[in-house]
Amino acid sequence: MSATGIGAAVRRKEDQRFITGKGQYTDDINRPGQAYAYFLRSPHAHATIKKIDAKAALAMPGVIAVLTGDDLAADKIGGLICGWMIHSKDGSPMKAGPHPALAQGKVRYVGDHVAVVVAESLAQAKDAAEAVKVDYAELKAVVDPAAAQKNGAPQVHDVSSDNTVYQWHLGDKAATDAAFKQAKHVTRLDLVNNRLIPNAIEPRAAIGEYDPGTDAYTLYTTSQNPHVARLVLSAFVGIAPEHKLRVIAPDVGGGFGSKIFIYAEETVCTWAAKKVGRPVKWTAERSESFLADAHGRDHVTRAELALDDRGRILGLRVKTIANLGAYLSTFASSVPTYLYAPLLSGQYDIPAIYCEVDGVYTNTAPVDAYRGAGRPEATFVVERLVEVAAREMGLDPAALRKRNYIKKFPHQTPVIMNYDIGNYHASLDKALELADYQNFAKRKRESARRGRLRGIGFSSYIEACGIAPSQAVGSLGAGVGLWESAEVRVNPTGSVEILTGSHSHGQGHETTFAQLVSDRLGIPIEHVTVIHGDTDKVQFGMGTYGSRSGAVGMAAIAKAIDKVIAKGKKVAAHVLEASEGDIEFKDGKFTVAGTDKALGFGDVALQAYIAHKFSGQDLEPGLKEGAFYDPTNFTFPAGMHICEVEVDPQTGVTTIERWTAVDDFGTVINPMIVEGQVHGGVAQGIGQALLEGARYDENGQLVTASFMDYCMPRAGDLPSFTVGMTTTPCPSNPLGIKGCGEAGAIAAPAAVINAITDAVGHEDVAMPATPQVVWRACQKAAQRMAAE
Amino acid sequence: MATVSMTVNGKHVSADVEPRTLLVQFLREHLRLTGTHVGCDTSQCGACVVHLDGRAVKSCTTLALTCDGAEVVTIEGLAKDGRLHPMQEAFRDNHGLQCGFCTPGMIMSAIDIVRRKGHDLDEHTIREELEGNICRCTGYHNIVRAVAAGAQAMKGGEPLKKAAE
Repeated sequence: MSATGIGAAVRRKEDQRFITGKGQYTDDINRPGQAYAYFLRSPHAHATIKKIDAKAALAMPGVIAVLTGDDLAADKIGGLICGWMIHSKDGSPMKAGPHPALAQGKVRYVGDHVAVVVAESLAQAKDAAEAVKVDYAELKAVVDPAAAQKNGAPQVHDVSSDNTVYQWHLGDKAATDAAFKQAKHVTRLDLVNNRLIPNAIEPRAAIGEYDPGTDAYTLYTTSQNPHVARLVLSAFVGIAPEHKLRVIAPDVGGGFGSKIFIYAEETVCTWAAKKVGRPVKWTAERSESFLADAHGRDHVTRAELALDDRGRILGLRVKTIANLGAYLSTFASSVPTYLYAPLLSGQYDIPAIYCEVDGVYTNTAPVDAYRGAGRPEATFVVERLVEVAAREMGLDPAALRKRNYIKKFPHQTPVIMNYDIGNYHASLDKALELADYQNFAKRKRESARRGRLRGIGFSSYIEACGIAPSQAVGSLGAGVGLWESAEVRVNPTGSVEILTGSHSHGQGHETTFAQLVSDRLGIPIEHVTVIHGDTDKVQFGMGTYGSRSGAVGMAAIAKAIDKVIAKGKKVAAHVLEASEGDIEFKDGKFTVAGTDKALGFGDVALQAYIAHKFSGQDLEPGLKEGAFYDPTNFTFPAGMHICEVEVDPQTGVTTIERWTAVDDFGTVINPMIVEGQVHGGVAQGIGQALLEGARYDENGQLVTASFMDYCMPRAGDLPSFTVGMTTTPCPSNPLGIKGCGEAGAIAAPAAVINAITDAVGHEDVAMPATPQVVWRACQKAAQRMAAE
Repeated sequence: MATVSMTVNGKHVSADVEPRTLLVQFLREHLRLTGTHVGCDTSQCGACVVHLDGRAVKSCTTLALTCDGAEVVTIEGLAKDGRLHPMQEAFRDNHGLQCGFCTPGMIMSAIDIVRRKGHDLDEHTIREELEGNICRCTGYHNIVRAVAAGAQAMKGGEPLKKAAE
């Protein structure tokens, strides 16, 4: 392994600009003559708009325009779309209501976009927004999805009388029912997967710009996938033809899914730029991020696990109601369906699984993918069930897991997925060792001496990453293919530019992608630049989410590098006067096999461009290759996370004493970066389990709409993490990478709740497990023990 | 409009601003020093932390006019003669950042922690002292290590040995 190649903990190339304040995020960009947008948002969760009177606002200083949904309609600008078609059990397509970028006749959640004020300064735009008179007729709101499905509930969209978008299912119902009939033990749990607000620390932002000279638009925006944004804004929303719209996603300050989606604000800024003849800039305030960024999770689930008398799992039955919010966000429909139920087999050999999911509209912010997207919800169901089953049956939770782990690969689950490889015993064993499981009882006694309750919780998670084989997702309803593209541009001096359709917003692609190139081409890492996030530079790409950039994005780069080497061999053969078949490429050198005749990579690059040694008709000059890589399967990162907590029964305060993560991500390019991804994911999972929860009151007001009210994990809330790895290289892509971005967030919630419930001796501990929740569980456990 | 004058990163600056102008707006919009970020509107996240007369403040809740005559240092002013501040080096060397958005505020706060608490910082102290800075990417694990290492490296006033790259 070289100091900068695959497997090396190379310090990040991108850090220089970030640690010196020279990063360039969207809000750092200012365009000549720019005006400022401020969105007037609905204060009501549900209301019809009778009239909007902007006369007074338009007369205020600095105001350039006040635009509404009527203006969008007049310009024939279409609504926002949901790109994944889900069919209900009865075969009917999902019921998707309209999703205009500015409200047309009705508002459906607090924060919904009513009008945009464009002014010379942001302060003027905000002042004028207060003068826009909106005549609302308030309607009754519904925020709870189960209530929304009941007769007589307020109707969010005309298209669905019971607010149900779909009633979907997966698996074999009859086989599952039969498994439950044979069961000797059934574990039943009612679970709530709490609603989360992503809260990337950089708020969303957009600058729309229009050039009348070329009739072309530019959008600077905080996007994880600028090409998809361009495609949607041109093909569906209809703002401009694709070749007349450039989307630039510069440095982006975290995404976690929330910046995948195409939102109203960037749509409106782009469209408004032409209307007002000025660049239009908008930057979210944090309160707007809370109100109008797509939220995550929000499931209510009844889950049942059937086991035989020895603890072998026979079947799993799951019924989930998923809150989709007031509109279907870009990929909302897929998250509680195809990103959820196919992971319900976990790491286990389960013969029969049946899952039903109702997706439901409510008067709340749209819900879409958030770090893990469906897979944390699935893992929470499976790992809570398995843990509780072990406790109910008096089995060691680690032993029960081992008894049911899949041992032979490939393994076809009853819910679509074909796991290609894994070694679940290895990660469990290593985690038990790193967590010093054998001395847990001793530590528990020591805690008890101090009046504290110590508990341990396991989570054997699995995820489907490397999203995704295009044919497979197409057959499941996806509106896009999920391959990735790359271009390797070798310059005449031998330096290299990599253009990738992946987008880095914290993942360190500028380093890891360069490591791959340095490793494969044998050139110094300093000679490699990674370019991403600009539709004018990169031909096309699907972006970064679903832990896909290594497994899919880097695989595309590897494929293009192979083509560069193949072309280089042709050039070298001419220069070295040898046959192409005799040229070998190794360590940055093209060598005639068995001789000392060789050319360095840079020499071949120069020869390719000057084209003096070969006919440009027989062999094209230049050295630049592109590739599109479409994966053959999902990848299946998996592992074991063990959480050890101490609970103070007097206050209900939970402290995480130890965190042990052992993950199998296949090939690791940069262990420093991979471990950092684990840390961050675990922190978000612990946040979900202990601290975070979005709450609407019964009128649909978001009562957790600031960092004062929504509890973000802070340094003092978290422990240091012990991170270990096991490796089974993924056979489904050329680099053996599985992906690491979401693992922590997927694994962690179940591990935390399993640990707390173990500590307090009571299973009903809802997330977030605040001191109040845990204290109540302690009281119930004490009452039960007193009664016994 | 009112006139405000201050020293920012060693340079004297003066401008006419609206009285409601915040220090962070003055830095970002008037001086185009965009390394100082805004991550929230309730003075919680700490992405906007700068040094005002040697102490860390949240520039999102400081009026520019109250800084008249003051000395302000932002993330852009930390490196001297092309040499990074030891705390900047420590964040890179310990992978204390991912998306980089909270990083300027984290580094400015970290230097202030060393000023107040000294160079030998234990993990508990660092975690408690970072209460006013939120990071969504790193889980703080490597930030804590970076602050500890940076504090040590600041002992000699010498930048850390350059990380192997």
